[in-house]
Amino acid sequence: MSTETIDLKTKLITDFHARESVMNGEAKSAFHQKKRAAIAQFDELGFPTIKNEEWKYSNVRDLISASYNFNASDTLSADDLVDLKMPEQAANILYFVNGHYNAALSTMVSSTDQIIIDSLQNAYKNNPELVNSYFDELVKDDTDSFTSLNTAFAHDGVFIHVPDNKTVEHPVILRFVSDSRQENIGSQPRNIIAVGKNAHVKIAEAFRTIGEQRSFTNVVTEINVGEEAGVEYYKVQNESENAYHIGTTQVRMLEKSHFYAATVTLNGKFTRNNLNIVIDGEHCEAYMYGLYFPDGTQHVDNHTVADHRKPNSESNELYKGILRDKSKGVFNGKIFVRPDAQKTNAFQSCKNIVLSTEATMYTKPQLEIFADDVKCSHGTTTGQIDEEALFYMRSRGISKPEAMSLLMFAFCADVVSQIKIDSIREYLENVIAEKLSEK
Amino acid sequence: MLSINGLRASIEGKEILKGINLEIKPGEVHAIMGPNGSGKSTLASVLAGREEYEVTGGNVIFDGKELLELAAEERAAEGIFLAFQYPVEIPGVTTINFLKTAVNEIRKYNGQEPLDAARFLKMVREKAKLVSMNDSLLKRALNEGFSGGEKKRNEIFQMAVLEPKLAILDETDSGLDIDALRIVAEGVNSLRSPERSAIVVTHYQRLLDYIVPDFVHVLYKGRIVKSGGKELAFELEEKGYDWIKAEVEAEEVNQ
Ligand SMILES: Nc1ncnc2c1ncn2[C@@H]1O[C@H](COP(=O)(O)OP(=O)(O)OP(=O)(O)O)[C@@H](O)[C@H]1O
Ligand SMILES: [Mg+2]
Repeated sequence: MSTETIDLKTKLITDFHARESVMNGEAKSAFHQKKRAAIAQFDELGFPTIKNEEWKYSNVRDLISASYNFNASDTLSADDLVDLKMPEQAANILYFVNGHYNAALSTMVSSTDQIIIDSLQNAYKNNPELVNSYFDELVKDDTDSFTSLNTAFAHDGVFIHVPDNKTVEHPVILRFVSDSRQENIGSQPRNIIAVGKNAHVKIAEAFRTIGEQRSFTNVVTEINVGEEAGVEYYKVQNESENAYHIGTTQVRMLEKSHFYAATVTLNGKFTRNNLNIVIDGEHCEAYMYGLYFPDGTQHVDNHTVADHRKPNSESNELYKGILRDKSKGVFNGKIFVRPDAQKTNAFQSCKNIVLSTEATMYTKPQLEIFADDVKCSHGTTTGQIDEEALFYMRSRGISKPEAMSLLMFAFCADVVSQIKIDSIREYLENVIAEKLSEK
Repeated sequence: MLSINGLRASIEGKEILKGINLEIKPGEVHAIMGPNGSGKSTLASVLAGREEYEVTGGNVIFDGKELLELAAEERAAEGIFLAFQYPVEIPGVTTINFLKTAVNEIRKYNGQEPLDAARFLKMVREKAKLVSMNDSLLKRALNEGFSGGEKKRNEIFQMAVLEPKLAILDETDSGLDIDALRIVAEGVNSLRSPERSAIVVTHYQRLLDYIVPDFVHVLYKGRIVKSGGKELAFELEEKGYDWIKAEVEAEEVNQ
């Protein structure tokens, strides 16, 4: 272990206790007790090394070798956003700059009887019991040290509550911007989403960076999907060449609910996404789509879990990747079918196109099935572009680069077309087309 | 228009084409017949520019150009079209989008402006009607889940849109019902002109009732072993290939 490694860990723990020492009565709150347990767990676990099976192919040494300002002030103005060319549409758009809610940049269009959207900080101020009833509940058993770290420092992010029987017409778009123009920035947003019985909502998290210094985002989102509810959740990452991103999205689904996730990673130095879905009800349907498109020396790691705990539910997973240059991709998909979860259908597929001999894709499906009456399948493919298809297209006059780009766009479309927020889908199509025409 | 001289080609070290000679003049239709595995599709693929085949001898002149030096897409832009024996399924790319890209890439190669969307659509609709191609197929992913007949029809539709100088049809008739066969043949015939030529690979004389060839050739063991007029096709239909095989074997013994 290098001395720097000890430094970031020690520094974070010292920071925690320094903050704690200036708290008054709040230090005794149930909320803070959870944080205190989390920092103790982080202290015990430390940052993962590649000896940890879950981090075997993803080395965080480089990430933790630098220092980051986790308390940077927000100096971003609307003008600074122009260059990011973010798509516009009628939506509830919330900006978080360096992890802090920025009300001036944000717009809310849905009425408060349909959906309650607030920053976590405000929500806690206004209704600590409600927030605390959700906070950490879904991830408290998580043994990932980054999740513990996030819990310990959870301060801001979004709190979303959709009351029973409400269908929210306008989507919620959460824009997380790291402003690393001056220094290395660290941020640890914590999002809590609670969707009531038979309520429906679409939510996107979009991650961007401004500036050339490093950014380190460690985000955790807890999503409660009520009975008969429908949630569409998209995570879109288009960050800088110096952006390090670790994220966990933990989902719990109740009876007859539907949950759709799409995770799209277009750019970023080092990305690790954990998407864990606990299917805790019968007749649920969970969908997980993923797309990653790294180049240069980028690293993208997607870990997913579909944990079937009750009978008669279904999970479907499709992850796709295109890897160029010296990039690396990791896919680890776990499916658990618990003894009670008879009549489970669980399908998983991971398909990759590796365009360079120096790029590498590691895939690991992991099925642990403890019930006997289940239908499960998984498959991974890693290959080059389909030569037959390429020749067919070229024989019609389409040049090789154009044919490749059409084929790859179609490859991505399987995932992108799943995204039901128009502005985000169109934005992704444009960025992907641009990326395809680069080389 | 097309002049094939002593063409030899192999794949994975195995020689398939063993010296093909063929001369096609503008406006002519040549039928190529021959037993399974004799090299008909290989010849078609080599002409269209499939890179897996290694050309080991001979040359091909198309419209005064050394064809074998051009990439597949350049050959298409110069006016060569191959209707595949087994059209490829391309998920996620609609037929219409695919064709639009093809048309405009060819126009670009030939120094023309791209067609605007309205003119392109109008043209495509006309051609679709010509081969009785259902509009709904145009919006579907290229050949994906198409029936065998629909795939073949789609090949002819693409040919009608691209209007090649030399069309090479590799068993476009197999798998077609009688009506579809007539429609496909009509599509091909509507393109016939004093400038356009075609190579029609088929196992059945039936197709040649509709697309009447100027010449019929028999390809066997990588060589054209017999050529004649359209009556040769009738003779083959009636007698099969044994007599030709016998002739070739007798010759081989003599050598
Ligand atoms: N990719 C390949 N690898 C090895 N051998 C091949 C390959 N492609 C073709 N061949 C061989 O070349 C020979 C000629 O094949 P080709 O497809 O040209 O025949 P064909 O005359 O079109 O037959 P058919 O009437 O059955 O369509 C066959 O023996 C075939 O097995
Ligand atoms: Mg053939």
